[in-house]
Amino acid sequence: MSFEIDVERRLGEARIALHLAGGPGLTALFGPSGAGKSSILNMVAGLLRPDRGRIAVAGETLFDSAAGIDLPPERRRAGYVFQDGRLFPHRRVRDNLLYGWRLADPAHRWMSLGEATDFLGIAHLLDRWPRTLSGGEAQRVAIGRALLSGPRFLLMDEPLSSLDMARRAEIMTMIERIRDDLRLPILYVSHDRAEVDRLASAVVVLG
Amino acid sequence: MTPEEWEIIRLSLKVSIVAVLFTLPLAFALAWLLARGRFPGKLLLDALVHLPLVLPPVVTGWLLLLAFGPNGPIGRPLAEWLGLSFMFRWTGAALAAAIMALPLMVRAMRLSIEAVDARLEGAARTLGASPARVFLSITLPLAMPGLLAGAVLGFARSIGEFGATITFVSNIPGETRTIPLAIYGALQIPGNEAAVTRLAVIAVLLSLGALLVSELLARRMGPAGKGGHVL
Repeated sequence: MSFEIDVERRLGEARIALHLAGGPGLTALFGPSGAGKSSILNMVAGLLRPDRGRIAVAGETLFDSAAGIDLPPERRRAGYVFQDGRLFPHRRVRDNLLYGWRLADPAHRWMSLGEATDFLGIAHLLDRWPRTLSGGEAQRVAIGRALLSGPRFLLMDEPLSSLDMARRAEIMTMIERIRDDLRLPILYVSHDRAEVDRLASAVVVLG
Repeated sequence: MTPEEWEIIRLSLKVSIVAVLFTLPLAFALAWLLARGRFPGKLLLDALVHLPLVLPPVVTGWLLLLAFGPNGPIGRPLAEWLGLSFMFRWTGAALAAAIMALPLMVRAMRLSIEAVDARLEGAARTLGASPARVFLSITLPLAMPGLLAGAVLGFARSIGEFGATITFVSNIPGETRTIPLAIYGALQIPGNEAAVTRLAVIAVLLSLGALLVSELLARRMGPAGKGGHVL
């Protein structure tokens, strides 16, 4: 079992509830905008607290309201790739990539800066500022930053939504390689059927 | 320029720099509370911080006199335990300048803290940063242009402080006679136009210089951050 999620959270009038037990590979959360998909990722990352429930990834419990477990985000080792990249605007690409790497326990790092830049084809961007990057470049840097932090699993929130068709295909290939070569469990949010069909080992429909 | 005038400028700079340096941590803490905090009485705190901005400066000076005077609720313990007195001293002028500069500093800093994207802080947390590290590596650098702007506005305001100062610590040469007080004093005596003009030009240059320096500092951080402007 990679992702075991059973959570409830009230946000204003809406109630978000999900019960999920995902296998290895890429588990897709599929559904229309506003169904609470991003909120689920935030709960797994520790950025949003569920009202009740339990979250475990690859056997480690991250949150359990009954047992009083609530690991802070920095101890969950989640590689979170946001929809909008969220690169740090005051740091060059190199320092964005190394932000999590420097903070990670050396024993937890499984990728070097050189490996990440080769894997993602971003070696030529290292000295650039984030605001000078195209959407596709920024998204690849964001993926690299997440991988370099030595994560146990990845959370991806519509990582393709801001990209054109050519870039989409490129990043999708990248995600397939992460799934198959790196064998990281991935929880992937999307509202695009074709994307989900191509990438997902399992699909959970929300909303 | 006469030696007396240089002395006045030196004193003004000393008073203003000390006022800003000592106000900086307090202003930042207040700005942080007002930008990020959620607590009962926030509106009241907000109003209290801004009070010196709208109160007649002479009232602020009088309140300082009551509080920090030899028999005041703050002045008496300070004098008895620490031997510290603000009365008719340059430290009193710095205190008056600090109180008057506080609202401007808090305002600029608060805006810059509010402008920091909290989602970037969340991203930093998921990458392994503790809240303290997020503050030092993300929030603080991104808010820096506004913090500089606040400090410089506070400095410019301190250079210009008049009403609260003259009420609180009077107009004593070499101790509390800063540029505005010296200009006021010179205006009382006929035939002092040249001295008034020299001091007025200095006041304009100092204020203008402060604003330009802060703008340049903010621009140097420009390529990194998104803002890069204080003016």
